[in-house]
Amino acid sequence: MSGEPRAHPSNRALFLTYLQIGLTSFGGVNAWARHVLVEQRGWLTEQEYAETLGLGQVLPGPNALNTAIGVGTRFGGALGALACALGLFAGPMALLAGIAALYDAYGQWPLVRATLTGIAAAAAGMVLGTAIKMAVKLKPSLPLLLVGLTALSLALLRAPLPYVVLGLAPFGLAAAWWALRQDGGRK
Amino acid sequence: MTLLLQILLAFGTLSLLAIGGANAVLPEMHRLVVEVHGWMDDATFSQLFALAQAAPGPNILAASVMGWHIAGGAGMAMATIGMLLPAAILAYGMQGLTHRLRGNTWLKPAQFGLVPLAVGLIAGSGVIMAQAAGTNLLSFVIIAVSTIFVWRTKYSPLWVLAGGGALGLLLL
Repeated sequence: MSGEPRAHPSNRALFLTYLQIGLTSFGGVNAWARHVLVEQRGWLTEQEYAETLGLGQVLPGPNALNTAIGVGTRFGGALGALACALGLFAGPMALLAGIAALYDAYGQWPLVRATLTGIAAAAAGMVLGTAIKMAVKLKPSLPLLLVGLTALSLALLRAPLPYVVLGLAPFGLAAAWWALRQDGGRK
Repeated sequence: MTLLLQILLAFGTLSLLAIGGANAVLPEMHRLVVEVHGWMDDATFSQLFALAQAAPGPNILAASVMGWHIAGGAGMAMATIGMLLPAAILAYGMQGLTHRLRGNTWLKPAQFGLVPLAVGLIAGSGVIMAQAAGTNLLSFVIIAVSTIFVWRTKYSPLWVLAGGGALGLLLL
């Protein structure tokens, strides 16, 4: 199996497809992108999408963006990457510009403020719930758990993120390497 | 340094640090935007973030909304460019690797080892958001219910955002 693409979408099709993904992906892009690219369009196999997403998650930067660039580059080189990235962000940004303008105009009205306070509280719980869900699913080994807890503590101490990431990434990688070797040894 | 340049630099430093999406860089975004530069207060920060969560599209667009709030359309452009461009260039440059590293012996530990770091940072984001949003008893109830809902069920988190908004409108 080579990496030769079976489909040949034009840059215009790439842009329009990612425009659709951007505007419909409530609460996280990756699941929607998979649905559209693999099931609706059939441009990528499940495996190809997983590999592209995997690289997008390892690379620094927003992983929805990294994955869009991976997909765009695969089908249309640099221009394809640009088409996907622009498509992904154009729609939601236009919408958010409108929302932000409304917020500036009406954000201080008591009823609006009360509603937004409720949404903000719910969003805080959403982030907490996501973190708990991910941690439980991960079932980390002790060293990996320590890396996660250290990251949490440093975030709460408001340590600057560059130092946190650069300082902890080597430990995370070493712990993962070790955990995977242990796993491999047991089989 | 002009305001727009400051915005570009602030979000530009966040770009390559966003492992695991917007939620993981939230503490740093909060630190820069609220504490270092004083561009907005706690409540505004958590409301703008919540708006970006409720809208479709990548969550990283929280940066764009904050840029808008700080300096209008130009601020939005600077925040978005700062947040996306460095990562986009790097991602484009690295695409050749997928083909060469098909056996990818390093990819798995790399993914696996960065996830706990990202989860720790996301948990930190949750606590910081809760501190900002928890202004009275009702908001703590909303935080607790939504945490449990998102953790224990598979329904879309949009339901909690809608529910939180409705409760806030009726009771706050």
